[in-house]
Amino acid sequence: MSEQVSGNAQVEDLMRKDYAAGFHSAIESDTLPPGLDEDTVRFISAQKEEPEWMLAWRLKAYRAWREMAEPTWAHVHYPEIDFSSISYYSSPKSMKDRPKSLDEVDPELIATYEKLGIPLHEQEALAGVAVDAVFDSVSVVTTFREKLYEAGVIFCPISEAVHKHPELVKKYLGSVVPQKDNFYAALNSAVFSDGSFVYIPKGVRCPMELSTYFRINELNTGQFERTLIIAEEGSHVSYLEGCTAPMRDENQLHAAVVELVALDDATIKYSTVQNWYPGDKNGKGGIYNFVTKRGIAHKNARISWTQVETGSAVTWKYPSCILKGDNSVGEFYSVALTNNFQQADTGTKMIHLGKNTRSTIIAKGISAGRSNSAYRGLVRMNPGAEGARNFTQCDSLLIGDQCGAHTFPYIENRNASAVIEHEATTSKVSDDQMFLCQQRGLDAEKAVSMIVNGFCREVFKELPMEFAVEAGKLLEVSLEGSVG
Amino acid sequence: MLQINKLNAQVEDKQILHDLSLNIKAGEVHAIMGPNGSGKSTLGNVLTGRDGYDVLSGDITFNGKNLLEMGIEERAREGMFLAFQYPVEIPGVSNMEFLKAAVDARRKHQGLEELSSFDFMKLARDTSKQVSLDPSFLKRGVNEGFSGGEKKRNEIMQMMLLEPSLCILDETDSGLDIDALQVVASGVNAMRSSDRSFIVVTHYQRLLDFIVPDYVHVLAGGKIVKSGDKELAKELEAKGYGWLESEVA
Ligand SMILES: Nc1ncnc2c1ncn2[C@@H]1O[C@H](COP(=O)(O)OP(=O)(O)O)[C@@H](O)[C@H]1O
Ligand SMILES: [Mg+2]
Repeated sequence: MSEQVSGNAQVEDLMRKDYAAGFHSAIESDTLPPGLDEDTVRFISAQKEEPEWMLAWRLKAYRAWREMAEPTWAHVHYPEIDFSSISYYSSPKSMKDRPKSLDEVDPELIATYEKLGIPLHEQEALAGVAVDAVFDSVSVVTTFREKLYEAGVIFCPISEAVHKHPELVKKYLGSVVPQKDNFYAALNSAVFSDGSFVYIPKGVRCPMELSTYFRINELNTGQFERTLIIAEEGSHVSYLEGCTAPMRDENQLHAAVVELVALDDATIKYSTVQNWYPGDKNGKGGIYNFVTKRGIAHKNARISWTQVETGSAVTWKYPSCILKGDNSVGEFYSVALTNNFQQADTGTKMIHLGKNTRSTIIAKGISAGRSNSAYRGLVRMNPGAEGARNFTQCDSLLIGDQCGAHTFPYIENRNASAVIEHEATTSKVSDDQMFLCQQRGLDAEKAVSMIVNGFCREVFKELPMEFAVEAGKLLEVSLEGSVG
Repeated sequence: MLQINKLNAQVEDKQILHDLSLNIKAGEVHAIMGPNGSGKSTLGNVLTGRDGYDVLSGDITFNGKNLLEMGIEERAREGMFLAFQYPVEIPGVSNMEFLKAAVDARRKHQGLEELSSFDFMKLARDTSKQVSLDPSFLKRGVNEGFSGGEKKRNEIMQMMLLEPSLCILDETDSGLDIDALQVVASGVNAMRSSDRSFIVVTHYQRLLDFIVPDYVHVLAGGKIVKSGDKELAKELEAKGYGWLESEVA
């Protein structure tokens, strides 16, 4: 159809925008030579002057990992990863003696974050958002610490928590995602470098949004961050992570683990705006994003995952909830956008253990160019999940006719009183919709971003305000070159 | 306002419009009637520049400019408006957001400032009442879950907000009950002015009782086979199109 063809050509033009975060900063760093063995693990642990128990924990993970195989069930294709060609640790030189204040941080680093639109000076920072910045493998700076401290909230690099709050780390690290959970989680457990640690005391409502910005800078380094959030009884926290990386022709590995613990009556809202470098329009380069995220919700607790995934060459990610306590609630709101040659296999697992547990899954997949995106979700009702409910809605939006969208829902119901509802739709940005917008005077680019944003509305409304705007803009940029 | 001169146009390698000429002056209302498949919607699509509708020969001047050199959105911003025969839904995009973007685009083109959200909201609410749409429709997704009649009234509301110079209404009356028809017609009549023209495509004489045209053209087989005044519409209503088609063949 000539109409279809010309429409698609226009979409493709729009999709060809540049990756704005693709610069590389000239910062001197100490980078470990490529390769992974027990000595690598010992080296990382020694760099961080870790106590013996932490090293033992890592080594246990490493030994388990050696016996494990890379998973192959996901709907993604990429050349085999040579784990011996990756460097497992890189640290900006100036971080050797961790800076005591922002004045001691390499100005080049601060400039890098400013380029990303993340001011680290507190007086300039977004009001009401505390930021932890992780550059390559090391946490650079955490803002608003004092204000948080007054409320009893701990928000610090996990490497620091190992020293200052060993009892909490020992108790909870690996309690949700065990070392041997899966291949990438085991790898992360062995070599994780840094990440954020959050502790909200009993009954405290965290006075501001917490956020971590991850940045991969060095060539050929993997990034393995580890985040642990503990919300004590009746507490409340909202946390956001963002991530970017320079444009490189080589693929880079990112294998993170996030663990959430929501004790009785606590709420954790975890939002992600993932914008790792997706590779160029021919599919060269980009981040392999293999991430394990899981939360455990105790009695009446609520865990809510919201993610906007626009980056990475390959994404493998299933933020999950274990609804252990009675009446606990799990939510997963996701927008995954793939363009050019990107591949995403993402979704969630809702494991209902307690009575009257409830879960909601809203997943929006947008595929453009020659990309492929898959939703993969498991809903399991265990025998004890009396009266539990799940509602799942999966919508796919296709832009152009060379992309694909796939849905893999897995349902395991072992309790007759549990109710599971599943709805799925697939639609296209149609020529009719484009024409309507353009006939009303909107240019094609504005039209596509408006249509796509409309498609994502249910998810965006779950994001903290500041980030909903950011997410909308990110979609617009990621979509460049793609109208149909 | 609009001069169409010997227009030949095709869709998917099939020629639909043949040597079509039409001259519309400012302030005039032209009705275009004709059997299904005669090319009425095609004419609207060619005029508005829709992809896939190719002009083989002929020329079109709109407000003194060469229309065929202009892109879809440029034509729209210059004041050309098409009320769709089948308005499409855009889920999740609120009518208000959509309308504001459209009005802002048109105003920007005219060198005017964007309306503040507050002013626009007020304007949109007033306009929705004029077409008997509850203002709550402004918050809903564009045409999302609207009934057929609501979609058509939404089109007229868009037309009123955009204040186009040339309005093309493609079978806006089809599927409307008499009340809705009157709402649409009074919306159009309220907008009639000496510097605005209309092309009203319809099957039925009924609409032309409410929107009284200056000229009536009959399109058959992609050609204008007969032109006249409003009496022609009545004749068509009585006799059907058969006699004209046989004249052409
Ligand atoms: N997008 C299209 N693809 C294929 N054929 C079309 C398309 N649009 C119109 N046509 C054909 O052009 C002719 C005129 O159609 P149309 O302009 O819709 O007529 P009308 O509006 O008068 O009923 C018909 O034969 C129709 O099948
Ligand atoms: Mg028609």
